[in-house]
Amino acid sequence: MRIAVQEAAFDLGAEANAFAAGDDANGAIVTFTGVVRDLANGDLDVMEIEHYPGMTERALTKIAQEAKDRWSLGDVLVIHRHGRLAPGDRIMMVATAAPHRKHAFEAAEYLMDYLKSRAPFWKKEVTHSGAEWVAAKDEDEDALTRW
Amino acid sequence: MDVLYFAWVRERIGLPKEKVESQAATVNDLVAELSAREDRYAAAFADLSALRVALDQELSDFDASLAGVREVAFFPPMTGG
Repeated sequence: MRIAVQEAAFDLGAEANAFAAGDDANGAIVTFTGVVRDLANGDLDVMEIEHYPGMTERALTKIAQEAKDRWSLGDVLVIHRHGRLAPGDRIMMVATAAPHRKHAFEAAEYLMDYLKSRAPFWKKEVTHSGAEWVAAKDEDEDALTRW
Repeated sequence: MDVLYFAWVRERIGLPKEKVESQAATVNDLVAELSAREDRYAAAFADLSALRVALDQELSDFDASLAGVREVAFFPPMTGG
């Protein structure tokens, strides 16, 4: 299990390759990558991501450990960036390895649902006309009830 | 104890972190003490349903006890991912 909270960009291909390397026990590897999406009017200059150093790592570790306890996962990877990102930049990725795909897919969704509303990150959209904190969505909180 | 603020709570109060000497028994008591200090605190804490609290880096509740707590953090609902 690896948890990384970092300002620097990550290499999606290299991370996925390293995660999959030398593993013959797990027949399924799922990766998910979150990307900074531009606003509908193409107005987004920067996405600023603030976090709570210390608590962030603890919360992500706890979420990943819960996923490992719940599904038979060979391994889990979570990388989440903070700082100033541009549209198209990759914000975060998760990877899960499991003997069979159902567990790998479900665990990846679980990780995403929980880290959206239980890991201390806050997004701020900076546009030509000003800056605004992204509000949490009710549907993100509701998504947790299915687990 | 250390009190930390994040995102718009930090902006509204105007600082990321401060040391607070308090005998508050619960988070709600601490919020009341801070709100009584200055308008910027009262503004930040006006609607607690829009806020979350962590005690020693674990999510908690506003009616939780502060006994033995060293670090309190206030922030809006999280928007990771």
